[in-house]
Amino acid sequence: MHNEFVVVEGDFSNAGKASSEIKKTLKQLNIDNQKIKKIVVAVYEAEVNAIAHAYGGTIFVDLDQEKIAVTIKDVGPGIPDLDKAMTVGFSTASAKVREMGFGAGMGLPNIKNNVDELEIKTEVGVGTEIKMVVNFL
Amino acid sequence: MTENFFYHALKIDHKICYGCSLCMRNCPTEAIRVRNGKATIYGNKCVDCGECYKVCPSGAVYVAQDDFDNIYNFKYRVVLMPSVFLGQFSEDIRASQVYSVIKEIGFTHVIEVESSAMTHTKLTNKYISEHQDKKPLISTFCPAVVRLIQVKFPSLVDNLISIKAPVDFTSIYIRKKLIDEGADPKEIGIFYITPCAAKIAATKSPVGEDKSTVDGVLNMDTMYNMVYKQIKQHKEYDKSVSANDAPSDSILFALTNGEKRLTDCRKSFAIDEIHNVMDFLEKVENDEIEDLDFLELRACDESCAGGILTCGNRFMINDRMTQRARKLAERERNGETSRKKAIYSEEDFLIENASVAKILPRSMMVLDDDISVAFQKLTRIKEIEAKLPQTDCNVCGAPSCHALAEDIACDEAKLSDCVFIQRNLEMRNSLSVEESVEILKKIWGEEKIKDYVFKK
Ligand SMILES: Nc1ncnc2c1ncn2[C@@H]1O[C@H](COP(=O)(O)OP(=O)(O)OP(=O)(O)O)[C@@H](O)[C@H]1O
Ligand code: SF4
Ligand code: SF4
Ligand SMILES: [Mg+2]
Repeated sequence: MHNEFVVVEGDFSNAGKASSEIKKTLKQLNIDNQKIKKIVVAVYEAEVNAIAHAYGGTIFVDLDQEKIAVTIKDVGPGIPDLDKAMTVGFSTASAKVREMGFGAGMGLPNIKNNVDELEIKTEVGVGTEIKMVVNFL
Repeated sequence: MTENFFYHALKIDHKICYGCSLCMRNCPTEAIRVRNGKATIYGNKCVDCGECYKVCPSGAVYVAQDDFDNIYNFKYRVVLMPSVFLGQFSEDIRASQVYSVIKEIGFTHVIEVESSAMTHTKLTNKYISEHQDKKPLISTFCPAVVRLIQVKFPSLVDNLISIKAPVDFTSIYIRKKLIDEGADPKEIGIFYITPCAAKIAATKSPVGEDKSTVDGVLNMDTMYNMVYKQIKQHKEYDKSVSANDAPSDSILFALTNGEKRLTDCRKSFAIDEIHNVMDFLEKVENDEIEDLDFLELRACDESCAGGILTCGNRFMINDRMTQRARKLAERERNGETSRKKAIYSEEDFLIENASVAKILPRSMMVLDDDISVAFQKLTRIKEIEAKLPQTDCNVCGAPSCHALAEDIACDEAKLSDCVFIQRNLEMRNSLSVEESVEILKKIWGEEKIKDYVFKK
């Protein structure tokens, strides 16, 4: 089953739409609450990153009985040093983003801790594509 | 999917209901459908919040209550009276007068529910500090919210504080007191004046308990009318009756912020009105709010002052209660009345009896326990939804196109229930006009589709 969502740059008020939709679907499938939480938290963090650090993008959701795979593809500045970005506390968030309560440098590490598979492709000046998978079994 | 999990106090009288569908369109959990021209409730989706009761223009939605004369089955007839009950009366009617009149109309004892609120608070604070791994801890005071979490936010059931409600503590206390004074337990009847349907449902089938602490429930509007009539008829009342069960800081417990104010938490929220509660729980479930300690959630706007069975305006009830608490606090400060009430002598006993069994999720969302069947249904829902017009016009008897799609996938409805699909089928000659009319009749009843003949 395939689904897509659009993420708009700077639109924090709609952050969480995709994760809420995903959550509803997984509840209908009676997926374990802990697993639901993992993917929902990860998608939310990635969604916020695409809104805060890039110029928006698209979320692709692919679901079957064994797993959920979510890819968030943005058009944006890309991440110059991915290893550094993955470390807890590293953040380049602007003052404005910090005012909104984001920018603790916890997003990417949080994503990594919650998903079973993580693949990040990023190119400076082009954009970032984060693919994450949570297995149900 | 239609298995009935809960006792429901909210019912629809099909003799009165004329199928206007307002209740269906306003139900926050999409628990209502129109069938044969009458509103019907899916028992497993209903959380007894009372939104349907509020909007019904015909009075068809009602709250079932116990027969008043049941009280005479007991020698000791006790009323558990929530502070909100007093808030309904105008300022010139004193609390002691209300107490005295309740006795005149047939009861032997009256006690304010909130008299145990401080004990409840003590336990809540202890519970919060001992369950830091389950943050945010969520109050179980409002039974509609507990059910909402069970059916719609099952991942949060472990966050619910499993402690009895103040009404249970007060009931346990008064029962023990009467027994200690020599009463035969069989002769004690304890009756709770309820502001809402949710509290009735919770007393009849208590979540996490097998037996209720009270013997019967009286609807607040009925009791208000009885008491008010008596007050109007007899100006005189027994002035020796005292109405002094609860300390000032406890009597606002059932209002918004009532619990939040009393808990020692760094970050807590008090949220009222069911849609607000649902929006917030969505965020909590997504972990969008950090370091949240405690949530006071109430289904009604202005909490229990806005309960569907209260009489009068919820803001005025709130104001009267606030004034009463303020005056009482002043008397406490001046030493005219003590904050230490009789109930505190039994605090240890109440604390021993405080806990309830684990509250379990009862998800209404699960399409099937077998994931492959659920997945098939989900795929079907998506396919059906793509065919529906997304107008949410309600003519199919469901609250939205999405709800119809779910009903169809669960064999509770047919694709041809949608009027747009009917026109489409008629166009292709796969459905006759007569057949369409039959479908409409099944949903909206014979009455609404009469054979009108227009004549000059
Ligand atoms: N989609 C993206 N495009 C460009 N840069 C990104 C993107 N996602 C993350 N980054 C970079 O990686 C850094 C770390 O991201 P991370 O999500 O861990 O923290 P944060 O977003 O700064 O703060 P938090 O997620 O705790 O609110 C960001 O500050 C940013 O520099
Ligand atoms: S609101 Fe519901 S119960 Fe009341 S008349 Fe309309 S359809 Fe019937
Ligand atoms: S807020 Fe109070 S009156 Fe309203 S449903 Fe909850 S317990 Fe009942
Ligand atoms: Mg981030």
